Amino acid sequence: MARKLSYKMAVNEALDLEMTRDPTVILMGEDIVGGAGSPGEDDAWGGVLGVTKGLFAKHGARVMDTPLSESAYIGAAIGAAACGMRPVAELMFIDFIGCCFDEIFNQAAKFRYMFGGKAETPVVIRAMIGAGYRAAAQHSQMLTPIVTHIPGLKVVCPSNAYDVKGLLIQSIRDNDPVIFCEHKNLYAHEVDVPLESYAIPFGEAAIPREGRDATIVTYGLMVHRSLEAAEKLAREGVDVEVIDLRTLSPMDWDTVIESVEKTGRLIAVDEAHPRCSIASDITAFVAQHAFRALKSAPQMVTAPHSPVPFSPTLEDIYIPSAETIAGAVKKTIIQKMVAA
Amino acid sequence: MSDNPFPVDKAGLLEAYRMMKTIREFEERLHIDFAKGDIPGFVHLYAGEEAVATGIMMHLNDRDRIASTHRGHGHCISKGVDVHGMMAEIYGKETGSCLGRGGSMHIADLSKGMMGANGILGAGAPLICGAGLAAKFRGDGGVGITFFGDGAANQGMVLESMNLAAVWNLPVIFVCENNGYAEATSRDYGTAVKSYVDRGAGFGIPGVHADGTDFFAVYEVVGELIKRAREGGGPALLECEVIRFFGHFEGDAQTYKAKGENEYNRANRDCLKIFRAKVTEAGVISDAELDAIDGEVAELIEDSVASAKAAPLPSPKDLMSNVYVSY
Ligand SMILES: Cc1ncc(C[n+]2csc(CCOP(=O)(O)OP(=O)(O)O)c2C)c(N)n1
Ligand SMILES: [Mg+2]
Repeated sequence: MARKLSYKMAVNEALDLEMTRDPTVILMGEDIVGGAGSPGEDDAWGGVLGVTKGLFAKHGARVMDTPLSESAYIGAAIGAAACGMRPVAELMFIDFIGCCFDEIFNQAAKFRYMFGGKAETPVVIRAMIGAGYRAAAQHSQMLTPIVTHIPGLKVVCPSNAYDVKGLLIQSIRDNDPVIFCEHKNLYAHEVDVPLESYAIPFGEAAIPREGRDATIVTYGLMVHRSLEAAEKLAREGVDVEVIDLRTLSPMDWDTVIESVEKTGRLIAVDEAHPRCSIASDITAFVAQHAFRALKSAPQMVTAPHSPVPFSPTLEDIYIPSAETIAGAVKKTIIQKMVAA
Repeated sequence: MSDNPFPVDKAGLLEAYRMMKTIREFEERLHIDFAKGDIPGFVHLYAGEEAVATGIMMHLNDRDRIASTHRGHGHCISKGVDVHGMMAEIYGKETGSCLGRGGSMHIADLSKGMMGANGILGAGAPLICGAGLAAKFRGDGGVGITFFGDGAANQGMVLESMNLAAVWNLPVIFVCENNGYAEATSRDYGTAVKSYVDRGAGFGIPGVHADGTDFFAVYEVVGELIKRAREGGGPALLECEVIRFFGHFEGDAQTYKAKGENEYNRANRDCLKIFRAKVTEAGVISDAELDAIDGEVAELIEDSVASAKAAPLPSPKDLMSNVYVSY
């Protein structure tokens, strides 16, 4: 049985199901209860945007507010994970990772390898990503490439509520540290989501739209912009395939390569900055492994090499649009005609 | 009019009142315009806490530096940042203090010694150590003040900075603005010690307390700390208890607060009312004089909103400007 569920409530539901199933799952984060010790309602907020609302009422002490000390509580979540718990720690905005990066990349990411394969650190760090919220330069970043760069971390970035539920459940059950990236501008987006519990394996991309002429590889909010671009292009007779990576580490290279071998054209779309990005990663991989299949030079559509501007007029052009994506697709096609 | 019992002359008292009133009016207006949907983004209002910024900033000049917080409008105004530029910034306009690139959470004016509001809790503390260090090397007697809330006081970088400032004997004051809440979480949930002041001893620096609803209490206490810092006496920690009149940010339903809490505080713990009562009861300033300032401030804020609304938007072609000095 399925019903419409929002991206935000899918996070809530996945957490609830796993907490119910497994007593070692605990939640921690700033204001995820949101009202602790205050004279009014105890769980007034349930997270800064209400994502964890109701979980404290249901699971009590296993849902913990924290002091505003990211290095301490993210570090503690990692330490607890290494000692048999399955903590899901919320780092409100991924931009705050600067305050606890050591815990993530020198500690959690490396235990398994450094300790000769003896450690397991099943921690999940949930964080909001992305621009478009008028939240300015320190609350709007993608930073997905930064975490994807690090061996030992798994990185998840769903584009819809169905994937949120299945991938978050998988993240909690997974025995490696997972950075679970939630796009704040998708929280209200709804799709059909089954009532029951299910896990989506990592490293399996989805193909929300099949096509013959070109392959867009993307993730997160950009999946929606890319689908919009594909619709637009379909009316012009161009048949675009869209790949939603879903997890950035591990990456489903097979699906990417297979698709490019079919279409011969690649457009890598990423809301992150262009340098050392998911887009450049995909472009390089395809150039190396599917060079002969390419009918034209791959294109990258990314945010610019600048911080996220506050002014809505600038922020709107900062984020790649469906028009820009469609333009990049056309470029891969026109190039071919020139070559032919 | 009778003798002035206050540590500030009449002109100074009028200036302090104007500062506080400007902050209040600025914030009250933002509250209304945000609800109307005129203002984008996260807006954290400083209303209720004016006596702290003003009591401190009355001692400072443009050579002195401050490093502020996400709740930075009051610090900006009292440090002399242009109100028109601030309003335009919050509206995302090209005429804003930061060309509309930063918004409410990142207003800065380095020429006024205002090193920025900040979206990262506690980030001002290490920065102000740098400001103190630079002042020491310049030898100009400048001081640095950083602000952080009762919640941000628990950031590692704040604690590390207190130690750094102590070992380097920097002319720096750490100001904890304790408004009882970090977002929706109570101060007592997030902090185990009864008083932030007690932390001073742990770092070998003086820790003092001031009632942040009383301009005079803040002014006198911080005056001594600043004087000491200017003379090479080193850093100090000041905790001010304050009231946050509005929600954590605009749009916050505040259901974590007690029923009637805001109304009680507005009626009994309003730093502007307390200031007015003190100076008028002492017979140093008349209500009419303060009312005149109220009128002027209201006009200033009205004008800043009108000009912000009329101001040009940033040009798309400038999206990439100012990422670097040169590249
Ligand atoms: C490093 C970091 N963590 C978390 C946040 C999110 N956040 C913004 S304001 C705030 C509460 C701050 O409380 P406090 O320090 O008491 O200041 P107040 O808002 O009460 O002035 C939080 C958790 C942030 N901006 N930066
Ligand atoms: Mg506070």
